[in-house]
Amino acid sequence: MGRVVLVTGISRDIGRRFARAAAGDPSIDRVIGVDVVPPRGDIGDVSFVRADIRNPVIAKVLAKEDVDTVVHMSVIATPGSAGGRGTMKELNVIGSMQLLAACQKSTTVDRLVVKSTTTVYGSSPRDPAMFTEDMGPKRLPSSGYAKDVFEIEGYVRGFARRRPDVDVTMIRAANVIGPHVSSPLTNYFRLPVIPRVLGFDPRLQFLHEDDLMRVLRHAATHAVPGTFNVAGDGLLTLAQAVRRLGTPSVAMPRFAVGRLGATMRQARVSDFSPEQLGFLTYGRGVDTTRMRTDLGFEPAFTTAEAFSDFIRAVAPDVREGAGRA
Amino acid sequence: MPEEAQRGSGEDAVVIPIGTGGRPGRGTGSARPSSAARNLSSAARKPAAARPRPAAAAAAKPKPAPKKRAAAKPAVQTEAPPQEQPAAASLHEPTPRTGIPVGDWLAALQGAALEVFGDDWERRAAELMAFVRRRLEGDYEVDDYGFDRELTERFFMAALRPVAEKWFRLEVRGLENIPAEGGALVVSNHSGTVPLDGLMTMLAVHDKAHRSLRPLGADLVFKMPIISSLARKGGATLACVEDAERMLSGGELVGVWPEGFKGIGKPFSERYKLQRFGRGGFVSAALRTGVPIIPLSVVGAEEIYPLVGNVPSLARLLGVPYIPITPFFPWLGPLGMVPLPSKWILEFGEPIRTDSYDAGEAEDPMLVFNVTDQVRETIQHTLFDLLRERDGVFS
Repeated sequence: MGRVVLVTGISRDIGRRFARAAAGDPSIDRVIGVDVVPPRGDIGDVSFVRADIRNPVIAKVLAKEDVDTVVHMSVIATPGSAGGRGTMKELNVIGSMQLLAACQKSTTVDRLVVKSTTTVYGSSPRDPAMFTEDMGPKRLPSSGYAKDVFEIEGYVRGFARRRPDVDVTMIRAANVIGPHVSSPLTNYFRLPVIPRVLGFDPRLQFLHEDDLMRVLRHAATHAVPGTFNVAGDGLLTLAQAVRRLGTPSVAMPRFAVGRLGATMRQARVSDFSPEQLGFLTYGRGVDTTRMRTDLGFEPAFTTAEAFSDFIRAVAPDVREGAGRA
Repeated sequence: MPEEAQRGSGEDAVVIPIGTGGRPGRGTGSARPSSAARNLSSAARKPAAARPRPAAAAAAKPKPAPKKRAAAKPAVQTEAPPQEQPAAASLHEPTPRTGIPVGDWLAALQGAALEVFGDDWERRAAELMAFVRRRLEGDYEVDDYGFDRELTERFFMAALRPVAEKWFRLEVRGLENIPAEGGALVVSNHSGTVPLDGLMTMLAVHDKAHRSLRPLGADLVFKMPIISSLARKGGATLACVEDAERMLSGGELVGVWPEGFKGIGKPFSERYKLQRFGRGGFVSAALRTGVPIIPLSVVGAEEIYPLVGNVPSLARLLGVPYIPITPFFPWLGPLGMVPLPSKWILEFGEPIRTDSYDAGEAEDPMLVFNVTDQVRETIQHTLFDLLRERDGVFS
């Protein structure tokens, strides 16, 4: 008997694609996608249930469909799609709390996979070169996505304590990049001229979108409780990435980049969040030893390969045959 | 072309009896030759010989002409130009008279390349081009800490080498104490207002011991623009237990300056007196990873910028540990930033082994303090020995 997987956040591209991929997995019987708005693309064999995870209806869905695996990936990074910071916070935090409450009541759920992010570690000059899963941020995030994720992780840990029989896997994914990803970071790299913080060359780590799909599927089909950093091997510095991309860049003082980011956010050109400014100043690296030893997952793309795949998608005609694999 | 030149010179010979074939001297193309050019143009037979290869003539730099031929010139020259102008124009038009021909450029470039790169200049120039291309395309590697080996070795080290060799005349002792491979922790005194001693140690280790010293820097280093990115590219990382242990267990040669800002920012009157060695975090990192501690004593760095004063209020305002005042800075402006050319001695002491201790003993604060004191005493005594030994600060 295969598993019945419930996926939250299916209206977003990455959630929809994961649900589709999971539906094709032989060890998964059925995939149920949940979101407040229907997904825009083709969802294949996935059955869509229109439900808001912010209210207790979700518990009924869990019971009715005999769900045994919940994959929570509806935490959004920017208010852009939700319509405001208040809504975003409510979706992220209250939605996660409701979902966890429903899981706690459920008698069928025995596995919970939460897609978290390495953004919880923050970015500061006092950061160690590589964060391991035991480390926390040097300074607690005060606002935005990082704070939401930090709080959600706290609730998930609480849930894991209260329901030790449920395997809780938390995937802290590095910045996801790939031809189909639309995130603040990929939008940043798609800008015609890339603003950089003068005098800083942050280290960046990427995870290819295919690897994100694979690792979530791996976690949904294997019992591997714990928190894991997931990222491609190696690092790129921002200067390196920009040069590989071949886009002109302009270095400006940090406050000017922040101001520019705010202007672009208002003009809806790009979602440039404060925590992204920190990331683009100080960078971040995470240690992925446990991903290999405990989780048993091997990413197919290194950081550099993931980025060159992204480059091919950004400007396929320019860089065709440029000789960079 | 030669035929035309030949014919032209034949006609000209009739018009100008002792002339230069119309374009006296070097074929500069100006209608009126300069006096120097007039001196150059020689007797009637000269132009015929010179004309067949105008390009060569154009390329040749003005050479002092034989004086004896110059005497007859001026009177004839003044009337000559109007008559032979058309002939000369037709004669010289096809050849590039201004500028230096390509062949000569190439020869000059080749000479310059030989001068700069030495005998195997072709290979080295190709390497340089490849290096530049890789840099521009971002096609280079950095490690987990952001260390850019290629840039460091080709650029930073090359820039520091003359300073070390010519200015500070680095003398390095005890190189045999640096293990050829595996993790080790170099612990050094810190001095000199500006952490040049760290850079010089990195260079010495790189050139003499052929290993990359990975310095651990204060968080201020990673807060400052430009310096932070240079530091990461040069192989530095934050001085914290996590990074130290990660590097040491990764088999790197790590350098620490446990005195920190207390060391480099101490007044000149306290030179060569070691300050407190932090909280001994470096010792517990070495104990936990079982790597040897190599004490390093640097003499000479104290004198490069004698710190005689400080502006604490301004320092607080700028968020830096101190604003240095030396006998030359800020009074002489940028000139005051030139370090004094003291003679440096770097002595690597005998390694203090930590592998006999259990990893768990790193939790024993008494042991950590004892080892810290041992390292500190070793460095202090070596400093005193070296100071007694040296003849003078600048010799």
